[in-house]
Amino acid sequence: MYDMSALYEAKSVQDAVRLRLEHPEAQIIAGGTDVLVQMREGKRAGKSLISIQKVNEMRGISIDEEENIRIGSLTTFTHITNDPIIQQYINVLGEAVDMVGGPQIRNAGTIGGNTCNGVTSADSASTLHAWEAIVEITGKNGVRRIPIKEFYIKAGTVDLRVEDGEIQTAILIPKASYENTWGHYIKYAMRNAMDIATLGTSVNARLSADKKTFERVRIAFGVAGPVPMRALNAEAFINGKDVTLENIEAFGRAVLQDINPRDSWRASKAFRQHIAAESAKRCLIESVKLAGGEL
Amino acid sequence: MAKNQYQLVTCWINGREVEQMVDVRASLTDMLRGDFHLTSVKKGCEVGECGACNVLIDGECFNSCLYLAVWAEGKHITTLEGLTGPNGELSDIQQAFIDETAIQCGFCTPGFIMTAVEILNRNRLYSDEELRKLLSGHLCRCTGYENIFRAVKKTMLRRLGMLDDPFLNT
Ligand SMILES: Cc1cc2nc3c(=O)[nH]c(=O)nc-3n(C[C@H](O)[C@H](O)[C@H](O)COP(=O)(O)OP(=O)(O)OC[C@H]3O[C@@H](n4cnc5c(N)ncnc54)[C@H](O)[C@@H]3O)c2cc1C
Ligand code: FES
Ligand code: FES
Repeated sequence: MYDMSALYEAKSVQDAVRLRLEHPEAQIIAGGTDVLVQMREGKRAGKSLISIQKVNEMRGISIDEEENIRIGSLTTFTHITNDPIIQQYINVLGEAVDMVGGPQIRNAGTIGGNTCNGVTSADSASTLHAWEAIVEITGKNGVRRIPIKEFYIKAGTVDLRVEDGEIQTAILIPKASYENTWGHYIKYAMRNAMDIATLGTSVNARLSADKKTFERVRIAFGVAGPVPMRALNAEAFINGKDVTLENIEAFGRAVLQDINPRDSWRASKAFRQHIAAESAKRCLIESVKLAGGEL
Repeated sequence: MAKNQYQLVTCWINGREVEQMVDVRASLTDMLRGDFHLTSVKKGCEVGECGACNVLIDGECFNSCLYLAVWAEGKHITTLEGLTGPNGELSDIQQAFIDETAIQCGFCTPGFIMTAVEILNRNRLYSDEELRKLLSGHLCRCTGYENIFRAVKKTMLRRLGMLDDPFLNT
Protein backbone atom coordinates (compact mmCIF):
# COMPACT_ATOMS: atom_id res chain seq x y z
CA MET A 1 0.00 0.00 0.00
CA TYR A 2 1.14 3.49 -0.77
CA ASP A 3 0.78 6.11 1.89
CA MET A 4 -1.47 8.48 -0.08
CA SER A 5 -4.46 10.38 1.24
CA ALA A 6 -6.52 10.41 -1.97
CA LEU A 7 -6.32 9.60 -5.68
CA TYR A 8 -8.10 11.62 -8.34
CA GLU A 9 -8.15 10.12 -11.82
CA ALA A 10 -8.27 12.41 -14.83
CA LYS A 11 -9.92 11.06 -18.00
CA SER A 12 -8.94 13.94 -20.29
CA VAL A 13 -6.66 16.97 -20.36
CA GLN A 14 -9.57 19.24 -19.40
CA ASP A 15 -10.39 16.89 -16.54
CA ALA A 16 -6.79 17.05 -15.30
CA VAL A 17 -6.83 20.86 -15.38
CA ARG A 18 -10.09 20.92 -13.44
CA LEU A 19 -8.80 18.47 -10.83
CA ARG A 20 -5.65 20.52 -10.44
CA LEU A 21 -7.67 23.66 -9.76
CA GLU A 22 -9.88 21.78 -7.29
CA HIS A 23 -6.96 20.12 -5.49
CA PRO A 24 -3.96 22.42 -5.70
CA GLU A 25 -2.17 20.46 -2.96
CA ALA A 26 -2.25 17.23 -4.97
CA GLN A 27 0.67 16.04 -7.08
CA ILE A 28 0.41 14.90 -10.69
CA ILE A 29 1.34 11.27 -11.30
CA ALA A 30 2.04 10.02 -14.85
CA GLY A 31 4.09 6.80 -15.05
CA GLY A 32 4.79 7.01 -11.34
CA THR A 33 8.43 5.90 -11.51
CA ASP A 34 9.55 9.02 -9.64
CA VAL A 35 6.43 9.81 -7.63
CA LEU A 36 5.78 6.33 -6.26
CA VAL A 37 9.42 5.85 -5.30
CA GLN A 38 9.37 9.16 -3.42
CA MET A 39 6.14 8.19 -1.73
CA ARG A 40 7.65 4.89 -0.68
CA GLU A 41 10.71 6.69 0.67
CA GLY A 42 8.44 8.86 2.80
CA LYS A 43 9.20 12.11 0.97
CA ARG A 44 5.68 12.41 -0.40
CA ALA A 45 3.98 10.31 2.24
CA GLY A 46 0.41 11.29 3.00
CA LYS A 47 0.02 13.38 -0.17
CA SER A 48 -2.87 13.17 -2.57
CA LEU A 49 -2.32 12.40 -6.25
CA ILE A 50 -3.95 13.34 -9.54
CA SER A 51 -3.37 10.50 -11.98
CA ILE A 52 -3.07 11.36 -15.67
CA GLN A 53 -2.11 7.78 -16.59
CA LYS A 54 -5.39 7.26 -18.50
CA VAL A 55 -5.35 10.50 -20.48
CA ASN A 56 -4.59 8.68 -23.71
CA GLU A 57 -4.85 11.83 -25.85
CA MET A 58 -1.47 12.75 -24.32
CA ARG A 59 0.26 9.68 -25.76
CA GLY A 60 1.97 9.26 -29.09
CA ILE A 61 4.18 11.01 -31.62
CA SER A 62 3.13 12.91 -34.73
CA ILE A 63 4.12 15.76 -37.03
CA ASP A 64 1.81 18.74 -36.56
CA GLU A 65 0.60 21.40 -39.05
CA GLU A 66 3.70 23.52 -38.44
CA GLU A 67 5.91 20.47 -39.10
CA ASN A 68 7.00 20.25 -35.47
CA ILE A 69 7.58 16.78 -34.14
CA ARG A 70 4.97 16.51 -31.42
CA ILE A 71 5.63 14.10 -28.55
CA GLY A 72 2.70 13.71 -26.17
CA SER A 73 3.88 14.10 -22.59
CA LEU A 74 2.63 10.63 -21.61
CA THR A 75 4.62 8.86 -24.31
CA THR A 76 6.85 6.28 -22.68
CA PHE A 77 10.56 5.89 -23.38
CA THR A 78 10.08 2.55 -25.15
CA HIS A 79 7.53 4.05 -27.51
CA ILE A 80 9.82 7.01 -28.27
CA THR A 81 12.75 4.74 -29.12
CA ASN A 82 10.63 2.54 -31.39
CA ASP A 83 8.82 5.37 -33.16
CA PRO A 84 9.54 5.78 -36.90
CA ILE A 85 9.29 9.61 -36.81
CA ILE A 86 11.84 9.78 -34.01
CA GLN A 87 14.11 7.31 -35.79
CA GLN A 88 14.01 9.33 -38.97
CA TYR A 89 14.43 12.87 -37.65
CA ILE A 90 15.85 12.81 -34.12
CA ASN A 91 17.18 9.33 -33.54
CA VAL A 92 19.48 10.60 -30.79
CA LEU A 93 16.45 11.21 -28.56
CA GLY A 94 15.38 7.59 -28.96
CA GLU A 95 18.91 6.47 -28.16
CA ALA A 96 19.14 8.73 -25.12
CA VAL A 97 15.91 7.53 -23.54
CA ASP A 98 16.90 3.93 -24.29
CA MET A 99 19.57 4.45 -21.61
CA VAL A 100 17.07 5.23 -18.84
CA GLY A 101 17.03 2.64 -16.03
CA GLY A 102 16.14 -0.77 -17.46
CA PRO A 103 13.47 -2.14 -19.81
CA GLN A 104 10.58 -2.12 -17.32
CA ILE A 105 11.33 1.46 -16.28
CA ARG A 106 11.41 2.47 -19.96
CA ASN A 107 7.98 0.87 -20.46
CA ALA A 108 6.56 2.91 -17.58
CA GLY A 109 8.47 6.20 -17.48
CA THR A 110 7.22 9.10 -19.59
CA ILE A 111 9.00 12.01 -21.22
CA GLY A 112 6.66 14.39 -19.41
CA GLY A 113 7.73 13.00 -16.06
CA ASN A 114 11.37 13.10 -17.10
CA THR A 115 11.16 16.87 -17.72
CA CYS A 116 8.55 17.96 -15.14
CA ASN A 117 10.71 16.52 -12.34
CA GLY A 118 13.23 19.28 -13.09
CA VAL A 119 16.13 16.87 -12.60
CA THR A 120 19.48 17.70 -14.19
CA SER A 121 20.44 14.04 -14.73
CA ALA A 122 17.25 13.18 -16.65
CA ASP A 123 18.38 11.31 -19.77
CA SER A 124 16.05 13.12 -22.17
CA ALA A 125 16.80 16.60 -20.87
CA SER A 126 20.16 17.40 -22.44
CA THR A 127 19.01 16.27 -25.88
CA LEU A 128 15.80 18.30 -25.58
CA HIS A 129 17.90 21.35 -24.64
CA ALA A 130 20.34 20.79 -27.48
CA TRP A 131 17.45 20.59 -29.99
CA GLU A 132 15.72 23.66 -28.53
CA ALA A 133 12.53 21.78 -27.76
CA ILE A 134 9.35 23.68 -27.01
CA VAL A 135 7.25 22.70 -24.01
CA GLU A 136 3.48 22.80 -24.43
CA ILE A 137 1.59 23.56 -21.24
CA THR A 138 -2.19 23.45 -20.88
CA GLY A 139 -4.13 25.17 -18.11
CA LYS A 140 -7.35 27.02 -17.42
CA ASN A 141 -6.31 29.84 -19.78
CA GLY A 142 -5.60 27.47 -22.65
CA VAL A 143 -2.28 26.45 -24.13
CA ARG A 144 1.07 28.22 -23.84
CA ARG A 145 4.36 27.19 -25.39
CA ILE A 146 7.78 28.04 -23.98
CA PRO A 147 11.36 27.12 -24.86
CA ILE A 148 12.61 24.22 -22.74
CA LYS A 149 15.36 26.43 -21.32
CA GLU A 150 12.73 28.68 -19.74
CA PHE A 151 10.72 25.70 -18.49
CA TYR A 152 13.50 24.84 -16.03
CA ILE A 153 13.53 27.36 -13.19
CA LYS A 154 15.88 25.70 -10.72
CA ALA A 155 16.81 22.20 -9.60
CA GLY A 156 13.53 20.33 -9.10
CA THR A 157 11.33 23.28 -10.12
CA VAL A 158 9.78 23.86 -13.53
CA ASP A 159 7.43 26.53 -14.86
CA LEU A 160 4.06 24.87 -14.22
CA ARG A 161 1.55 27.20 -12.57
CA VAL A 162 -0.59 25.21 -10.18
CA GLU A 163 -2.89 28.21 -9.63
CA ASP A 164 -3.73 28.03 -13.36
CA GLY A 165 -4.25 24.26 -13.18
CA GLU A 166 -1.37 23.67 -15.58
CA ILE A 167 0.02 20.38 -16.79
CA GLN A 168 2.56 19.66 -19.48
CA THR A 169 0.77 18.19 -22.51
CA ALA A 170 3.48 17.84 -25.17
CA ILE A 171 7.06 18.46 -26.16
CA LEU A 172 7.67 19.84 -29.65
CA ILE A 173 10.81 19.68 -31.74
CA PRO A 174 10.69 22.51 -34.31
CA LYS A 175 11.59 21.77 -37.91
CA ALA A 176 14.34 24.39 -37.71
CA SER A 177 15.98 22.15 -35.10
CA TYR A 178 15.67 18.75 -36.72
CA GLU A 179 16.02 19.58 -40.43
CA ASN A 180 19.28 18.28 -41.86
CA THR A 181 20.67 17.78 -38.36
CA TRP A 182 22.35 14.79 -36.73
CA GLY A 183 23.17 14.23 -33.11
CA HIS A 184 24.75 11.94 -30.56
CA TYR A 185 24.32 11.44 -26.79
CA ILE A 186 26.79 10.04 -24.30
CA LYS A 187 25.61 8.97 -20.88
CA TYR A 188 28.56 8.57 -18.56
CA ALA A 189 27.59 6.34 -15.65
CA MET A 190 29.22 3.69 -13.48
CA ARG A 191 27.24 0.85 -15.02
CA ASN A 192 25.48 0.35 -18.34
CA ALA A 193 22.01 -0.17 -16.89
CA MET A 194 20.03 0.96 -13.88
CA ASP A 195 22.27 3.90 -13.10
CA ILE A 196 21.85 7.66 -13.07
CA ALA A 197 24.15 9.71 -15.32
CA THR A 198 27.32 11.11 -13.78
CA LEU A 199 27.27 13.38 -16.81
CA GLY A 200 25.05 13.49 -19.88
CA THR A 201 26.26 15.14 -23.10
CA SER A 202 24.14 15.75 -26.18
CA VAL A 203 25.51 17.33 -29.35
CA ASN A 204 23.97 17.90 -32.76
CA ALA A 205 25.44 19.31 -35.93
CA ARG A 206 24.39 20.67 -39.28
CA LEU A 207 27.13 20.84 -41.89
CA SER A 208 27.41 22.96 -45.01
CA ALA A 209 26.42 21.35 -48.32
CA ASP A 210 30.03 20.37 -49.07
CA LYS A 211 30.31 18.98 -45.48
CA LYS A 212 33.45 21.03 -44.85
CA THR A 213 32.04 23.70 -42.50
CA PHE A 214 30.11 23.58 -39.25
CA GLU A 215 26.93 25.47 -40.04
CA ARG A 216 25.25 24.98 -36.70
CA VAL A 217 26.41 23.00 -33.69
CA ARG A 218 24.44 22.78 -30.48
CA ILE A 219 25.49 21.14 -27.24
CA ALA A 220 23.81 20.65 -23.90
CA PHE A 221 24.79 18.86 -20.70
CA GLY A 222 23.00 17.19 -17.83
CA VAL A 223 24.65 17.18 -14.37
CA ALA A 224 27.06 19.95 -15.41
CA GLY A 225 25.00 22.35 -13.28
CA PRO A 226 21.82 22.36 -11.18
CA VAL A 227 19.62 22.16 -14.31
CA PRO A 228 20.41 20.93 -17.84
CA MET A 229 22.39 23.59 -19.72
CA ARG A 230 23.70 24.64 -23.10
CA ALA A 231 27.40 25.39 -23.64
CA LEU A 232 27.05 28.60 -25.64
CA ASN A 233 30.72 29.63 -25.65
CA ALA A 234 31.68 26.31 -27.15
CA GLU A 235 28.92 26.65 -29.77
CA ALA A 236 30.04 30.19 -30.67
CA PHE A 237 33.59 28.94 -31.05
CA ILE A 238 32.81 26.09 -33.45
CA ASN A 239 30.11 27.62 -35.63
CA GLY A 240 31.43 28.66 -39.03
CA LYS A 241 34.70 26.78 -38.50
CA ASP A 242 36.12 24.06 -40.73
CA VAL A 243 35.28 20.45 -39.96
CA THR A 244 38.65 19.36 -38.58
CA LEU A 245 39.76 17.30 -35.61
CA GLU A 246 41.74 20.24 -34.21
CA ASN A 247 38.63 22.41 -34.14
CA ILE A 248 36.64 19.62 -32.53
CA GLU A 249 39.28 19.22 -29.83
CA ALA A 250 39.28 22.95 -29.15
CA PHE A 251 35.46 22.78 -28.97
CA GLY A 252 35.81 20.12 -26.27
CA ARG A 253 38.10 22.36 -24.23
CA ALA A 254 35.82 25.35 -24.76
CA VAL A 255 32.93 23.72 -22.90
CA LEU A 256 34.85 24.27 -19.67
CA GLN A 257 34.06 27.99 -19.92
CA ASP A 258 30.37 27.17 -19.88
CA ILE A 259 29.79 24.44 -17.34
CA ASN A 260 29.75 24.46 -13.59
CA PRO A 261 29.61 20.90 -12.27
CA ARG A 262 29.88 20.14 -8.57
CA ASP A 263 31.58 17.63 -6.35
CA SER A 264 29.23 14.85 -5.33
CA TRP A 265 29.58 11.29 -4.11
CA ARG A 266 29.17 10.15 -7.71
CA ALA A 267 32.12 12.13 -9.07
CA SER A 268 34.34 15.11 -8.35
CA LYS A 269 34.04 18.41 -10.16
CA ALA A 270 37.43 17.87 -11.80
CA PHE A 271 36.40 14.46 -13.10
CA ARG A 272 33.12 15.81 -14.45
CA GLN A 273 35.02 18.57 -16.26
CA HIS A 274 37.34 15.99 -17.76
CA ILE A 275 34.55 13.80 -19.08
CA ALA A 276 32.61 16.86 -20.28
CA ALA A 277 35.44 17.94 -22.58
CA GLU A 278 36.02 14.38 -23.78
CA SER A 279 32.31 13.61 -24.29
CA ALA A 280 31.76 16.88 -26.17
CA LYS A 281 34.54 15.94 -28.55
CA ARG A 282 33.36 12.35 -29.05
CA CYS A 283 29.73 13.42 -29.53
CA LEU A 284 30.71 15.96 -32.16
CA ILE A 285 32.91 13.46 -34.01
CA GLU A 286 29.98 11.04 -34.07
CA SER A 287 27.57 13.78 -35.22
CA VAL A 288 29.92 14.71 -38.08
CA LYS A 289 30.03 11.08 -39.20
CA LEU A 290 26.23 10.80 -39.07
CA ALA A 291 25.96 14.02 -41.09
CA GLY A 292 28.15 12.50 -43.78
CA GLY A 293 31.25 14.56 -42.99
CA GLU A 294 34.82 13.30 -43.04
CA LEU A 295 37.59 13.76 -40.50
CA MET B 1 -5.48 9.47 6.85
CA ALA B 2 -8.73 10.41 5.20
CA LYS B 3 -11.45 7.78 4.85
CA ASN B 4 -10.57 4.79 2.78
CA GLN B 5 -11.20 5.05 -0.93
CA TYR B 6 -12.07 1.97 -2.99
CA GLN B 7 -12.61 1.48 -6.68
CA LEU B 8 -13.96 -1.36 -8.79
CA VAL B 9 -11.40 -2.66 -11.27
CA THR B 10 -12.29 -4.92 -14.20
CA CYS B 11 -9.39 -6.52 -16.03
CA TRP B 12 -8.10 -9.76 -17.48
CA ILE B 13 -5.63 -11.74 -15.41
CA ASN B 14 -4.01 -14.71 -17.11
CA GLY B 15 -6.77 -14.78 -19.69
CA ARG B 16 -9.67 -14.65 -17.24
CA GLU B 17 -11.89 -11.60 -16.83
CA VAL B 18 -12.07 -10.54 -13.19
CA GLU B 19 -13.71 -7.81 -11.11
CA GLN B 20 -12.23 -6.62 -7.88
CA MET B 21 -12.76 -3.80 -5.40
CA VAL B 22 -9.34 -2.37 -4.68
CA ASP B 23 -8.01 0.19 -2.26
CA VAL B 24 -6.73 3.08 -4.39
CA ARG B 25 -3.50 2.99 -2.33
CA ALA B 26 -2.73 -0.57 -3.49
CA SER B 27 0.04 -1.32 -5.92
CA LEU B 28 -0.60 -3.90 -8.63
CA THR B 29 1.71 -6.21 -6.65
CA ASP B 30 -0.60 -5.84 -3.63
CA MET B 31 -3.63 -6.70 -5.75
CA LEU B 32 -2.11 -9.67 -7.57
CA ARG B 33 -0.71 -11.21 -4.39
CA GLY B 34 -3.35 -10.19 -1.87
CA ASP B 35 -6.57 -10.54 -3.85
CA PHE B 36 -5.60 -13.18 -6.44
CA HIS B 37 -2.95 -15.16 -4.53
CA LEU B 38 -0.57 -14.93 -7.49
CA THR B 39 2.50 -15.30 -5.34
CA SER B 40 4.92 -15.62 -8.24
CA VAL B 41 4.81 -11.80 -8.14
CA LYS B 42 7.50 -11.10 -5.55
CA LYS B 43 7.99 -8.14 -3.29
CA GLY B 44 11.69 -7.40 -3.49
CA CYS B 45 12.73 -3.76 -3.29
CA GLU B 46 9.31 -2.23 -4.04
CA VAL B 47 11.03 0.77 -5.63
CA GLY B 48 11.56 -0.43 -9.18
CA GLU B 49 15.18 -1.56 -8.84
CA CYS B 50 15.09 -5.38 -8.78
CA GLY B 51 12.41 -6.62 -11.20
CA ALA B 52 11.11 -9.36 -8.86
CA CYS B 53 7.54 -8.04 -9.20
CA ASN B 54 7.62 -7.84 -13.00
CA VAL B 55 4.44 -8.77 -14.93
CA LEU B 56 3.17 -8.30 -18.48
CA ILE B 57 0.54 -5.60 -19.00
CA ASP B 58 -0.88 -5.60 -22.54
CA GLY B 59 2.27 -7.42 -23.65
CA GLU B 60 4.82 -5.03 -22.08
CA CYS B 61 6.79 -5.63 -18.90
CA PHE B 62 6.14 -3.46 -15.86
CA ASN B 63 7.43 -3.59 -12.33
CA SER B 64 4.07 -4.05 -10.62
CA CYS B 65 5.39 -2.42 -7.43
CA LEU B 66 5.47 0.92 -9.28
CA TYR B 67 2.01 0.56 -10.82
CA LEU B 68 -1.25 1.45 -9.12
CA ALA B 69 -3.79 -1.38 -8.96
CA VAL B 70 -6.52 0.95 -10.28
CA TRP B 71 -4.49 1.49 -13.45
CA ALA B 72 -5.17 -2.16 -14.32
CA GLU B 73 -8.71 -1.23 -15.43
CA GLY B 74 -9.30 -2.78 -18.88
CA LYS B 75 -5.78 -4.25 -19.08
CA HIS B 76 -4.60 -7.76 -19.89
CA ILE B 77 -2.19 -8.88 -17.21
CA THR B 78 -0.03 -11.99 -17.37
CA THR B 79 1.91 -13.42 -14.45
CA LEU B 80 4.11 -16.49 -14.34
CA GLU B 81 1.07 -18.58 -13.30
CA GLY B 82 -0.43 -17.78 -16.72
CA LEU B 83 2.37 -19.51 -18.62
CA THR B 84 1.62 -23.09 -17.64
CA GLY B 85 -0.72 -25.34 -19.58
CA PRO B 86 -4.11 -26.61 -18.29
CA ASN B 87 -2.52 -29.53 -16.47
CA GLY B 88 0.39 -27.57 -15.10
CA GLU B 89 2.68 -28.26 -18.07
CA LEU B 90 5.63 -25.90 -18.10
CA SER B 91 6.21 -23.52 -20.98
CA ASP B 92 9.40 -23.74 -23.01
CA ILE B 93 11.08 -20.85 -21.21
CA GLN B 94 10.26 -22.27 -17.77
CA GLN B 95 11.69 -25.64 -18.80
CA ALA B 96 14.79 -23.92 -20.14
CA PHE B 97 15.39 -22.24 -16.77
CA ILE B 98 15.37 -25.70 -15.19
CA ASP B 99 17.52 -27.30 -17.89
CA GLU B 100 20.15 -24.55 -17.70
CA THR B 101 20.11 -24.40 -13.87
CA ALA B 102 19.11 -20.76 -14.14
CA ILE B 103 17.40 -20.99 -10.74
CA GLN B 104 18.90 -21.13 -7.28
CA CYS B 105 16.74 -19.56 -4.58
CA GLY B 106 14.15 -18.68 -7.23
CA PHE B 107 13.19 -15.24 -5.94
CA CYS B 108 14.18 -13.42 -9.13
CA THR B 109 12.93 -16.18 -11.45
CA PRO B 110 9.30 -15.21 -12.14
CA GLY B 111 10.29 -11.62 -12.92
CA PHE B 112 13.10 -12.72 -15.22
CA ILE B 113 10.86 -15.21 -17.01
CA MET B 114 8.19 -12.59 -17.68
CA THR B 115 10.80 -10.31 -19.26
CA ALA B 116 11.98 -13.30 -21.28
CA VAL B 117 8.40 -13.83 -22.47
CA GLU B 118 8.20 -10.22 -23.69
CA ILE B 119 11.49 -10.66 -25.56
CA LEU B 120 10.63 -14.08 -27.03
CA ASN B 121 7.18 -13.00 -28.18
CA ARG B 122 8.80 -10.59 -30.61
CA ASN B 123 10.25 -13.60 -32.52
CA ARG B 124 13.44 -11.72 -33.29
CA LEU B 125 17.04 -12.79 -33.27
CA TYR B 126 18.95 -10.65 -30.80
CA SER B 127 22.71 -10.41 -30.42
CA ASP B 128 24.23 -11.36 -27.06
CA GLU B 129 24.77 -7.70 -26.30
CA GLU B 130 21.16 -6.82 -27.10
CA LEU B 131 19.87 -9.70 -24.99
CA ARG B 132 21.98 -8.62 -22.01
CA LYS B 133 20.55 -5.11 -22.27
CA LEU B 134 17.01 -6.46 -22.52
CA LEU B 135 17.56 -8.52 -19.36
CA SER B 136 19.25 -5.73 -17.42
CA GLY B 137 16.21 -4.70 -15.38
CA HIS B 138 16.55 -7.63 -12.96
CA LEU B 139 18.79 -8.42 -10.04
CA CYS B 140 19.78 -11.97 -9.15
CA ARG B 141 21.80 -12.52 -5.99
CA CYS B 142 22.49 -16.21 -6.67
CA THR B 143 23.20 -17.33 -10.19
CA GLY B 144 25.66 -14.81 -11.59
CA TYR B 145 23.30 -14.35 -14.57
CA GLU B 146 25.15 -16.57 -17.08
CA ASN B 147 22.72 -19.47 -16.85
CA ILE B 148 19.74 -17.14 -17.04
CA PHE B 149 21.19 -15.55 -20.14
CA ARG B 150 21.76 -18.99 -21.68
CA ALA B 151 18.22 -20.16 -20.92
CA VAL B 152 16.75 -17.14 -22.68
CA LYS B 153 19.15 -17.32 -25.60
CA LYS B 154 18.57 -21.02 -26.20
CA THR B 155 14.81 -20.59 -26.08
CA MET B 156 15.07 -17.71 -28.55
CA LEU B 157 17.14 -19.84 -30.92
CA ARG B 158 14.88 -22.86 -30.48
CA ARG B 159 11.78 -20.85 -31.35
CA LEU B 160 13.52 -19.46 -34.43
CA GLY B 161 14.60 -22.98 -35.46
CA MET B 162 18.28 -22.01 -35.11
CA LEU B 163 19.29 -23.93 -32.02
CA ASP B 164 21.59 -26.23 -33.97
CA ASP B 165 23.55 -23.39 -35.53
CA PRO B 166 27.06 -23.92 -34.14
CA PHE B 167 27.94 -20.22 -34.45
CA LEU B 168 24.94 -19.03 -32.48
CA ASN B 169 24.63 -21.73 -29.88
CA THR B 170 27.51 -21.04 -27.53
C1 LIG C 1 14.82 2.05 -10.94
C2 LIG C 1 14.74 3.40 -11.60
C3 LIG C 1 15.73 3.79 -12.48
C4 LIG C 1 15.69 5.05 -13.11
N1 LIG C 1 16.69 5.38 -13.97
C5 LIG C 1 16.64 6.57 -14.62
C6 LIG C 1 17.65 6.91 -15.56
O1 LIG C 1 18.58 6.15 -15.81
N2 LIG C 1 17.54 8.11 -16.20
C7 LIG C 1 16.52 8.97 -15.96
O2 LIG C 1 16.48 10.02 -16.57
N3 LIG C 1 15.55 8.67 -15.06
C8 LIG C 1 15.58 7.50 -14.38
N4 LIG C 1 14.61 7.18 -13.47
C9 LIG C 1 13.59 8.19 -13.11
C10 LIG C 1 12.24 8.12 -13.83
O3 LIG C 1 12.00 6.85 -14.38
C11 LIG C 1 12.14 9.14 -14.95
O4 LIG C 1 12.40 10.43 -14.47
C12 LIG C 1 10.77 9.12 -15.64
O5 LIG C 1 10.83 9.86 -16.82
C13 LIG C 1 9.66 9.70 -14.81
O6 LIG C 1 8.47 9.63 -15.57
P1 LIG C 1 7.10 9.16 -14.91
O7 LIG C 1 6.05 9.26 -15.95
O8 LIG C 1 7.27 7.87 -14.25
O9 LIG C 1 6.94 10.34 -13.85
P2 LIG C 1 6.12 10.48 -12.51
O10 LIG C 1 6.82 9.78 -11.42
O11 LIG C 1 4.71 10.13 -12.72
O12 LIG C 1 6.26 12.06 -12.34
C14 LIG C 1 7.50 12.70 -12.20
C15 LIG C 1 7.28 14.18 -11.87
O13 LIG C 1 6.74 14.89 -12.96
C16 LIG C 1 5.45 15.40 -12.67
N5 LIG C 1 4.67 15.16 -13.90
C17 LIG C 1 4.72 14.04 -14.66
N6 LIG C 1 4.03 14.21 -15.80
C18 LIG C 1 3.55 15.47 -15.77
C19 LIG C 1 2.76 16.25 -16.68
N7 LIG C 1 2.37 15.75 -17.87
N8 LIG C 1 2.43 17.51 -16.33
C20 LIG C 1 2.85 18.02 -15.15
N9 LIG C 1 3.60 17.35 -14.25
C21 LIG C 1 3.94 16.07 -14.56
C22 LIG C 1 4.99 14.68 -11.44
O14 LIG C 1 4.14 15.49 -10.66
C23 LIG C 1 6.31 14.43 -10.74
O15 LIG C 1 6.73 15.57 -10.05
C24 LIG C 1 14.62 5.92 -12.83
C25 LIG C 1 13.59 5.51 -11.95
C26 LIG C 1 13.65 4.27 -11.35
C27 LIG C 1 12.55 3.85 -10.42
S1 FES D 1 9.88 -5.30 -6.10
FE1 FES D 1 9.31 -4.21 -7.85
S2 FES D 1 11.20 -3.82 -8.78
FE2 FES D 1 11.81 -4.67 -6.88
S1 FES E 1 18.05 -17.29 -8.04
FE1 FES E 1 18.20 -16.29 -6.14
S2 FES E 1 17.97 -14.23 -6.70
FE2 FES E 1 18.12 -15.19 -8.59
